[in-house]
Amino acid sequence: MPETSSSPEITPEVVRHLSELAKIQLGEDEITLLTADLGQIVSNIAKVSEVATPDIPATSHPIPLQNVFRPDVVGDNVLTAEQALSGAPEQFEGRFVVSAILGEEQ
Amino acid sequence: MTQTDLTRLSAADLSAKLASGEVSSVETTAAHLERIAEVDSEVHAFLHINARAHEVAASIDARRAAGEELGPLAGVPLAIKDVLVTTDMPSTSGSKILEGWMSPYDATVVARSRAAGLVPLGKTNMDEFAMGSSTEHSAYGPTHNPWDLTRIPGGSGGGSAAAVAAFETPLALGSDTGGSIRQPAHVTGTVGVKPTYGAVSRYGAIALASSLDQVGPCSRSVLDAGLLQDVIAGHDHHDSTSLPDAWPSMAAAAREGATGQVLKGLRVGVVKQLQGEGFQTGVTQRFTESLALLEAQGAEIVEIDAPHFEYAVAAYYLILPAEASSNLAKFDSVRFGLRVTPEGGGTVDHVMAATREAGFGPEVKRRIILGTYALSAGYYDAYYGSAQKVRTLIQRDFASAFSRVDVLASPSAPTTAFRLGEKLEDPMAMYLNDVTTIPANLAGIPGISVPNGLAPEDGLPVGIQFMAPAREDARLYRVGAALEALVEDQWGGPLWAQAPELRAGKGVN
Amino acid sequence: MAKAKLMDFDKALELYEPVLGFEVHVELNTETKMFSAAPNNFGAAPNTNLTPVCLGLPGSLPVVNEQAVRYSISLGLALGCSIAESSRFARKNYFYPDMAKNYQISQYDEPIAYEGEVEIELASGRVIHVPIERAHMEEDAGKLTHMGGSTGRIQGAEYSMVDYNRAGVPLVEIVTKPIVGTNEDAPEVGRQYVSIIRDMVIDLGISDAKMERGNLRCDANISLRPRGQEKLGTRTETKNVNSLRSVERAVRYEIQRQAYILSNGGSITQETRHWHEDTGETSAGRPKSDADDYRYFPEPDLLPVQPTAQLIEELRAQLPEAPTLRYRRLKGEWGFTDLEFQDIQNSGLLTEVSATVAAGASPQAARKWWTGEIARVANVQGVEATSLVSAENVAALAALVDAGTLTDKLARQVLEGVIAGEGTPQQVVDARGLAVVSDDGALIIAIDEALAAQPDVLEKIRDGKVQAAGAVIGAVMKAMRGQADAARVRELVLERAQA
Repeated sequence: MPETSSSPEITPEVVRHLSELAKIQLGEDEITLLTADLGQIVSNIAKVSEVATPDIPATSHPIPLQNVFRPDVVGDNVLTAEQALSGAPEQFEGRFVVSAILGEEQ
Repeated sequence: MTQTDLTRLSAADLSAKLASGEVSSVETTAAHLERIAEVDSEVHAFLHINARAHEVAASIDARRAAGEELGPLAGVPLAIKDVLVTTDMPSTSGSKILEGWMSPYDATVVARSRAAGLVPLGKTNMDEFAMGSSTEHSAYGPTHNPWDLTRIPGGSGGGSAAAVAAFETPLALGSDTGGSIRQPAHVTGTVGVKPTYGAVSRYGAIALASSLDQVGPCSRSVLDAGLLQDVIAGHDHHDSTSLPDAWPSMAAAAREGATGQVLKGLRVGVVKQLQGEGFQTGVTQRFTESLALLEAQGAEIVEIDAPHFEYAVAAYYLILPAEASSNLAKFDSVRFGLRVTPEGGGTVDHVMAATREAGFGPEVKRRIILGTYALSAGYYDAYYGSAQKVRTLIQRDFASAFSRVDVLASPSAPTTAFRLGEKLEDPMAMYLNDVTTIPANLAGIPGISVPNGLAPEDGLPVGIQFMAPAREDARLYRVGAALEALVEDQWGGPLWAQAPELRAGKGVN
Repeated sequence: MAKAKLMDFDKALELYEPVLGFEVHVELNTETKMFSAAPNNFGAAPNTNLTPVCLGLPGSLPVVNEQAVRYSISLGLALGCSIAESSRFARKNYFYPDMAKNYQISQYDEPIAYEGEVEIELASGRVIHVPIERAHMEEDAGKLTHMGGSTGRIQGAEYSMVDYNRAGVPLVEIVTKPIVGTNEDAPEVGRQYVSIIRDMVIDLGISDAKMERGNLRCDANISLRPRGQEKLGTRTETKNVNSLRSVERAVRYEIQRQAYILSNGGSITQETRHWHEDTGETSAGRPKSDADDYRYFPEPDLLPVQPTAQLIEELRAQLPEAPTLRYRRLKGEWGFTDLEFQDIQNSGLLTEVSATVAAGASPQAARKWWTGEIARVANVQGVEATSLVSAENVAALAALVDAGTLTDKLARQVLEGVIAGEGTPQQVVDARGLAVVSDDGALIIAIDEALAAQPDVLEKIRDGKVQAAGAVIGAVMKAMRGQADAARVRELVLERAQA
């Protein structure tokens, strides 16, 4: 996973960048408010690194399990196209419709 | 028997009366719908009432009349937290972004409840996407605590707890990511159980934090919670983290516990870090009294040091937002839910960003941004990575504790219900409210909150939490039911009998 | 878009050493998707191969397809990789409308297979060992159709439509380490590497491997470093290089393009580039930026994959022969020249030729039919050669020619009938009455008529001008509507002329 670096101050620029990553358009006052909130929260929670020494393994799952698989068989929860599209804000000829995409295909 | 009386009955008692034919499900359902109509404009526990409840109840009655063998809870009303998806009612998770959304499939716990003949009354209010400890973060307005309508009912599952406390339903489904079943139980004088992680399927529970979320029962008695857990628990192939274990009956465990025999020689650990500073006097007082009651019945009280618990809230508020920031990315206006198009159109990027701006409330945005930060390049190890290590340390603290004791006990929350609005502007203060409940979620172990009195200083309910090792849910039901029997013996009845009468409202909103 | 300036390929290689890297995505042909029990089949009506999981509906959860794991392990083993004792899934977070959850479930720091090597052999006989860094499991995205504006292009489109049928189809991504020392063979190495991967997954039976359908997709990373320099140069990642020929062309193009820039004092931008099949060029895509912060973290909804040693050995025992070894063996067994064998490989019809030989045809006949007439018809019709005719029918056709029942010309007509669905070669021969006329009596009558009609020719033949017989032979073949063996006709004409 990405490398460590010390936690910087939460600045409006940081919050603005995070809002772009999180795809949430934020107004200037929201950014100001979030910058203050986040700064306070981060200063309270940054202490996790005090005890997280390299010898401690990380826990991702509270109850360890492994090799949980399903057989390669079509299941009982396949949706009809009508069901699949039932919540679509906009659809056309069996497909979901979105606004123009600016940029490149991933 | 009057309809009001029917709403005061436990699920276990209703079950017996339904089985004997003394009452019908239609009558029972009608009584609860009437109660909802009377009080829910004040309580606002429900976001949606099931228009087909009567019909479902009638079909259960018909099946029973036809001689069909039905489960113990057939015909008993059930409220469903709005985090659980349902095909016949909207599922919003308390958010504007899912307003009116109809799921094409039922959550596994909902499907199992239906199969067991429970009658869904409606969907209950919650903090948006289960982020909160007060339901004040619901996009549809807060729920009010039936003990004092100016106070919070806890959260995120305040709707389910308040509905149970206000006799709008005997049973409700909740979800508990950091205390969202147990803390509302504590502040509403009800019972709430967070089962072992993986004991109950998460399929169809709108995810907050996948490695912490667990669905569980809300009720007014330990036995009732056990009856409901027996219905919803068990392996589900739609959820990879679902445990393949065969579970003993929790209802049977509760019945066994109520005899009191289980307390003799029981070793009860009291975590040093989950008491003292920050705990309200009345909360501590009732806790100490309960320990004395247990001790008097032959239990041994052992002080436990869990040195890493002080890092639990910090770890939780990194893991939860990180997972949530990813889980909530799917709300993008493409396949379901709200779409907001900026003035003059815009690209799909603009539409997504505008939709998420308009559709998410401030707390959701706060946590998504926080989680995005915790996972972003350069900070992962310091934040998310470290939090996962703290999780290991907390599991080790629990392992060490459970090598010495059978169960751990703590107050279920540090304070009684605070006033609506009191902590809304101070997110960190709100977060610290979960200090007692969070460790169980981080470790995946089960926890129960059982009412153990009213705080003398404000007359509001207080609960005691028991925690057991993973997979030992039955132990919690035994111990919880034992304590419940002892305190009810002292009070001469359940705690809810002391609840103030709600004035009749103007009907359901 | 201004045309990029290119340096002569040989000149570029004098100055710079190309370093290659490939990311090949293989779609697995499992019955169901990677994390959902939805059908995995191509060509279904839009948005019909979906469960709540593929659509990322609220509350839905992924569950791993066991067969996809087995296929991935088999592929890892075929790539010479070690199989991880424990591997796990991670979420790669980014917003894009074809990605239902706005994160892709992939593998990040713990892939299922790592550290392998694939041997390839070039036409020259040069052997290259391509180092494999890893192979990991992940899910495919849905398909976007761009509407309005310039047709089908993302630029200028007014809106887009999404079909999520492909969302969640199992993928294995194979990532090479930097491949050095290929020099002037670089384009061929690219082509041959992808070709080997394709043959490998076909032999394993784990993918349909149709590049034109996107079952196999290649991204090519190319960088140059000045001769003698240790440090790797800045690389570009060329996307959508989705045919074997394109891989070769794209590598060559990028080498020439980058060499021109570098030799003129410029520098290479680290970016994705898009390959354009029509113009044979690449164009600049998105530069690497902050937007590439994918915020990977372990997928909390899924558990580690820890295959037992027993499973791994079971799958290892079932591995087919490695493609390059098989090529070497077949080339020897079939007695082909390098060129002939390369011809088969380039046409991607090795499997078919093998099957045809196995069905009884001679290697030369099998090669000739597949890379000749069948490939030609496939090209005309714009379809896969394999879809036209079965190996058994090709072998049967070759047998009819060997037996003298058909001439090559007649055999092509029979093939046409087989392709048209008229049955087996024998059935077409019977139905169309296409067999060679081997009855000398009928031929002699036709020859005598032809000789009688051309007395001048008869004179010439009798005078020893044997080449004059051609005119009579032609007349006879025409009279027999081609259904005669020309060599036999010639023999008989000479015989009758002396009679």
